[in-house]
Amino acid sequence: MLEAAKVTKYFGGMAAVSNVDFSVSQGEIVGLIGPNGAGKTTLFNLISGALPLSSGEIRFKGRKISGLKPHQICRMGVARTFQLVKVFGNMPVLQNVMLGSLFGREHTVSPAEAVREAREALEFVGLAEYINAPAKDLIVGNQKRLEMARAIATKPELLLLDELMAGLNATEVSEAIDDVKKLRDRGITIIMIEHVMKAIMSVCDRIIVLHHGEKIAEGTPQEIAASSKVIEVYLGE
Amino acid sequence: MVIEIIDIFLSGLLMGGIYALIAVGLSMQYGVARVLNVSHGEFIMLGAFFTWSLYTYCNINPLLTLVICGPVMLLIGFVLHKTLYRSIRISSGGGAAFEGNSMLASFGLLFVIQNMAILIWGASIKGYSYLAFPVNMGGVIFPANRLVTLLFAVIISVAFYLFLARTRLGKAIRAAAQDPDAAGLMGVNINQVLALCFGLGAMMAGLAGTLLSMSFRVQPTMGLEYTLIAIIVVVLGGLGSIPGSFIGGFILGLIGSIVSAIEPSLSLVAYYMLFMILLLVKPTGILGR
Amino acid sequence: MNKVAFTSRNLYLQVLLILVLILLVALPFYTSAYNIMLLCNILMYIIITVSWVLFSGPTGYISLASAAFFGVGIYTSAVLGQSLPLPLVIIIGGLFSFFLALLVGVITLRLRGMYFSIFTFGLVELVKHFLLWWEITKTNTRGRFVILVNYIHVFYIMLAIFLVLLLIAYLIRRSKYGLALQSIGEYEEAAAHIGINVTLLKVVTFAVSSFFIGTVGAVMATRWTYIDPVIAFDPFYSFMPVLMAIFGGMGQLYGPVIGAAIFAYLEEALITRFPYHYMLIFGIIMVVSILYLPEGLIGLLQKLWKIINSGRLAVYREKRQKRGTGREQENA
Repeated sequence: MLEAAKVTKYFGGMAAVSNVDFSVSQGEIVGLIGPNGAGKTTLFNLISGALPLSSGEIRFKGRKISGLKPHQICRMGVARTFQLVKVFGNMPVLQNVMLGSLFGREHTVSPAEAVREAREALEFVGLAEYINAPAKDLIVGNQKRLEMARAIATKPELLLLDELMAGLNATEVSEAIDDVKKLRDRGITIIMIEHVMKAIMSVCDRIIVLHHGEKIAEGTPQEIAASSKVIEVYLGE
Repeated sequence: MVIEIIDIFLSGLLMGGIYALIAVGLSMQYGVARVLNVSHGEFIMLGAFFTWSLYTYCNINPLLTLVICGPVMLLIGFVLHKTLYRSIRISSGGGAAFEGNSMLASFGLLFVIQNMAILIWGASIKGYSYLAFPVNMGGVIFPANRLVTLLFAVIISVAFYLFLARTRLGKAIRAAAQDPDAAGLMGVNINQVLALCFGLGAMMAGLAGTLLSMSFRVQPTMGLEYTLIAIIVVVLGGLGSIPGSFIGGFILGLIGSIVSAIEPSLSLVAYYMLFMILLLVKPTGILGR
Repeated sequence: MNKVAFTSRNLYLQVLLILVLILLVALPFYTSAYNIMLLCNILMYIIITVSWVLFSGPTGYISLASAAFFGVGIYTSAVLGQSLPLPLVIIIGGLFSFFLALLVGVITLRLRGMYFSIFTFGLVELVKHFLLWWEITKTNTRGRFVILVNYIHVFYIMLAIFLVLLLIAYLIRRSKYGLALQSIGEYEEAAAHIGINVTLLKVVTFAVSSFFIGTVGAVMATRWTYIDPVIAFDPFYSFMPVLMAIFGGMGQLYGPVIGAAIFAYLEEALITRFPYHYMLIFGIIMVVSILYLPEGLIGLLQKLWKIINSGRLAVYREKRQKRGTGREQENA
């Protein structure tokens, strides 16, 4: 579904991501891990079009998406959340999500339809009771859920989750894990950046490890947990 | 031909000295305190009128006025930041909202200062004559006051640079310019430092005004043009870079004198064109990262 | 969304709006020429301010180019006024501003925050100095004379532009694009990632808002007999809409309208006798509004209204309590 070939990004003279190849198939949950500064969020920014590639190519469902604008990539079916939440704070929760329905598709959606979809997405993430509250009044955990609902409202086929579980307590983490599984059951393919190892190990089908912008390992959770190279990266520094 | 080139080059340097001074001042205010002070030119105007008044009514030497004008402007700027900009900083919670609101407030300040000056001094153009005898420099003739202006502009800028580079307070300012939050954690009293930076910016403007009044005529509406030039130089030199603003001032002075030699009425157009191209091609400035 | 409250208040507003409209249309029949011209001035500021808010309000990009678009309209009128009928001149003036804004938007709207403001401000000075140079060296003129137009015509044209602008501003606010503009003001990156074509939306909105400023310039030029680049491209017209909008409050459409009306009247009353005092007051109000009126006059009134209402409620409760305790005492 998503194929990345020799993806490279330079900032000044520094390679933040260099020569990364990977692919993701329909229905998979892929984890993206690595120490801080490994280039994980940069990779997300490259996939979603927030940053242009220095070289390489990214394809989504066989079509080249590298070089397209973020809104075009979103309308093709790739949605994302942000590491630092970016909800529209002064807007009611419902309108935050409605924007996803109204603009995130190729075809036009009527306002009534958008309201219905937004309600449904908010129900799915468990925010149904807050629909009229300004988004800035939500606690951070709920703002993250709101971002997820907004992404779902664009009807994505591929969802990029950037540290969905950072800062959540144990109960919230297991709720979030359930949410991710439910999303997969809806047919949405997921790539997630995560530092919460329990979550990564329990939910991912496959894990990709980045270090200094390079892909150093890839495999099932069991393989990654046993890989001496990965352990070295995490413990060596 | 050679003399013409020397003429263009020297007059560029002479103007560049003033540009450098006012740009370094704005750089303190915008680069460190994050206030895009659009009323910067009004402080130049105030310095110039201050000097004019002291010279005309009390016969005080303009160079002596530097010593009076500097501290007074520093104090005005410091208090202004402590009261006005600090309140805006608190109410808008920093970041982009603060930058926008503080810029708009400084527009308000522009109107207040300019019109107060008109009410006090009248709207007419004023000037005085000081060190106006000609000096011959390799065949090119300049009034002595222009040379004194350049000399003092360079002295003030270098002294200021040494203050930033060598003193404890200077280091605190540079730390605040890099990262205000971290500097706060390291024990720098950030409110004090930001107010000081704003005051220093106002001081540079006032000193530039004093120097300007020695060789140019002054009027209450003269400020905006200098503000725009200062903004252009700050962008040219890279935001928050003091040496960048200093060098940028001389570069713009040279460009101005070259364009003036070819087509006098186009020098402001040339500044804006340069500025717009720069903003589009390299908004981080020629010395920026 | 609190739809019920919205529609009922809407009904009152509509009735009020129609009444005001009838009053305005009939105005030339029973008031002096002076009053009509004053009203034209007020309408001019209202249109410029509402146009400015159309783009800068929701997106937070502070444009200081209003004077440039206004000046383009003025110059269009001065150059074409003799040879073309007025309505056509007005539309052409608007279109020139529209395309200038389109051009400026395409090259600058990727600049963030302050840089955009500085650039747009530079634009005013650039066009002004360029025109000055052009007139001195190429056409050997300084300024132009403008054909005068009957003030009642001017009034009706201004009224028409105002109504069209108000309608468009209202429709944009209500549409999904209004919501999208607001989201750009909050987190542009997030807006782009949920499928909003942020560049196109910003550029088109900026151009539409500039169109109206251009048309007003073209109409108002006919009120002045003589114009030159310094008069036409006066940076004051860049600051005015910003102040009027902040002062009035941008939360509601009528905030900028009220802010502009108050200032235009103030200007009329003060500028001929005390021009410098007026500008001084202008500056002071700007600073005070930024410091103490974050939601503008409208926000302040809404807040006061709430306080009065809750005060009434408190008094009512107190009375009831007193009556209650009184009865208890009687019973005792």
